[in-house]
Amino acid sequence: MTFINYANKEINCKIVYYGPGLCGKTTNLQHIYDATAPQAKGKLISLATETDRTLFFDFMPLELGTVRGFKTRFHLYTVPGQVFYEASRKLILKGVDGVVFVADSQEERMDANIESLYNLDENLKAHGYDLMKIPYVLQLNKRDLPNVVPAADIAAELLKKDEPVVEAVASTGVGVFDTLKAVAKQVLTELRRS
Amino acid sequence: MVDMPILIREQRYHQIKALLARLRLDAAAKLVVLVEKDGQQIAVHGELGDLDTTSLASLVAGNVAATGGMAKLIGEKEFPTLSHEGDKESIHISVIGRILLVVVFDQRSSLGLVKLRSKQVSQELAAAFAEVERESALAKGAASLPFGEITDEEIDSLFMQN
Repeated sequence: MTFINYANKEINCKIVYYGPGLCGKTTNLQHIYDATAPQAKGKLISLATETDRTLFFDFMPLELGTVRGFKTRFHLYTVPGQVFYEASRKLILKGVDGVVFVADSQEERMDANIESLYNLDENLKAHGYDLMKIPYVLQLNKRDLPNVVPAADIAAELLKKDEPVVEAVASTGVGVFDTLKAVAKQVLTELRRS
Repeated sequence: MVDMPILIREQRYHQIKALLARLRLDAAAKLVVLVEKDGQQIAVHGELGDLDTTSLASLVAGNVAATGGMAKLIGEKEFPTLSHEGDKESIHISVIGRILLVVVFDQRSSLGLVKLRSKQVSQELAAAFAEVERESALAKGAASLPFGEITDEEIDSLFMQN
């Protein structure tokens, strides 16, 4: 839910990175954090297990710049991808303004992608949101691996509407900012409409 | 469809800040933060130092959401207050409808005093936030939103600034 403060001249929006376990959600945030100037970002908070798997969420605030005199800040969250963290995954979606679905391009993860996308749809519905209407981007991650499914085939399986599709290698940063830009643009456009 | 944006007008913001300032004084607290349940910081007052209040707001919301989930599992609607006591610094959180009142305090105060003062100010804060919600609903569809007439070029330029 977008938060507009006229006293501070600030606009805050919430974006959630969703997807199956080990698809690269945290890696997306880590790259954004590493590649952003210190004055434009806050801390990267990771609530992770001892083996660095996301336990609750990752969070980082990112300041994009000023428009119409208002500082524009995006709060970026990831959800835990592992199936048994369902309860906390659902909590993170509350108040979301835009969603990035990070799909794992490897052949053996296609079922996990499909299951996670179905789960996203269900969890959005539980909060009263509609995936067909919410700002949304599909990222095809891990395109550098040898056993990937052709992009067109994954898209055919996972595409929900006319959402932007971005091919990425989050570990090296390829496509990470393109993904963020694609979702942020939709969020701001949605704000114009409201 | 996402939730309606929340708009805080200047006058309302200063009213809320004044309530937080009074609470901070009455509770002998270090810092008072008002947070929306989804993790957005509404206002803050007190000794900030280098504390990252944006992260604090997000974690408080996560904390309340997680304990709220636990409450539901055992058949409670929610836990209206949460306290975390440390060696030197402590945090008390009150759930007031859709807002969370966070008080950070040290040995200069006590949990009892913070609880009492938080409770005393909660009605006024709830009323102020109800006004924020009312004003946000009124602004819906009005061209008064700062982004009402934003152009595609302006959105693109945001990504050139970094």
